Amino acid sequence: MKNIKVLGSGCANCKTTLKLIEEIAQARGVAVDLEKVDDMAAILGYGVMSTPGVVIDGKVVHAGGVPDRKKVESWL
Amino acid sequence: MFDALGNLVAYQWLGLQDTPLGAALHFFVMDVAKILVLLTSVIYLMGWLRALLTPEKVRAMMRGRSGPGARLMAVGLGAVTPFCSCSSIPLFIGFVEAGIPLGVTLSFLIASPMVNQVAVVVLAGVIGWQMTLIYVFTGLTVAFVGGYVLQAFRLERWVEDYVWKIHMGEAALQEEQDTGLRARHDYAWNEVRQIVGRIWKYVIVGVGIGAFIHGYVPADFVAKIAGDGSVLSVIVAVLVGVPMYSDAVGIIPVAEALLGKGVPLGTVLAFMMAVIALSLPEMLILRKVVKWPLLGIFAAYLATAFVLVGVLFNALRSVIA
Repeated sequence: MKNIKVLGSGCANCKTTLKLIEEIAQARGVAVDLEKVDDMAAILGYGVMSTPGVVIDGKVVHAGGVPDRKKVESWL
Repeated sequence: MFDALGNLVAYQWLGLQDTPLGAALHFFVMDVAKILVLLTSVIYLMGWLRALLTPEKVRAMMRGRSGPGARLMAVGLGAVTPFCSCSSIPLFIGFVEAGIPLGVTLSFLIASPMVNQVAVVVLAGVIGWQMTLIYVFTGLTVAFVGGYVLQAFRLERWVEDYVWKIHMGEAALQEEQDTGLRARHDYAWNEVRQIVGRIWKYVIVGVGIGAFIHGYVPADFVAKIAGDGSVLSVIVAVLVGVPMYSDAVGIIPVAEALLGKGVPLGTVLAFMMAVIALSLPEMLILRKVVKWPLLGIFAAYLATAFVLVGVLFNALRSVIA
């Protein structure tokens, strides 16, 4: 199972990103362990300054905005 | 073209010639159409060229630098890096952690919302290149000088302790650079959706206010309260602008309507900058990383600088015009 973390301090875009990933994972029947990270030290620990960012299995795959649908699909 | 669209809707379809409502509606239709078209095209084009810098890249370029060159760079990069105010905290910490001096970081934070490619194109399309150049130049100057002035107060004292303890990881983002046409289009379109999705409310409200001023507020009334260009009127313009908050693009139609009613250039500039760069929500966000005295000094510097800009351009108006 993939571990997906959404990095963000609670802005609207971060929530949208979380929902988008959840929705696509469900639609494709992929089991994911989805986590929201809002601790600033942890976010910066990943080297991400522009939120929302997405981390999959410990690797940063996206930062600075809501990812587009195709990008999310390619991760899952 | 947009003028014709306004004519069509307000005058031909609804027959509202020579009424305040007609004038307001004409302004509204024309400006909403014009701004949305400009906004969409410029964001799409920049997305397509991948011309948008990210704060992570800026941080890497600025790492450990200080001095006048670094300050110029911070201001210049601030102007070409769009960032959402929800990112100002990680940005602030990231910069400080990279050894970028506080003054330089604050320069960046002043320049970034005030001047950006999108605002520049819309401003030029709505009120012309001359005014746009003046706005960009003064905005960048305020940001540049701000770095020095703010540094003189030794603001490091008022940065929250935990900020100094954060260590930023170097998990550099592997951005897949798929440069095919399809990928570029997808990327650019996503940028458009996100940025327009974030600021369209400000555009509608801004154009609405501009349309109201244009149609209903008599020019002599405006002239009476804001028209003389005195120092006092500029101070009032800044004080009125501070509690308001808007994206740079949203305030442009308001500025257009005010200029149309004969409000002096300096007063309009001061008002615009106060609305865009000095805002309560932004201050409250920054409060998470710095203490009140720093925010107070930051706000006081900006308010003073905007008043000076206003007074200067009002004094120069006979020379410019």
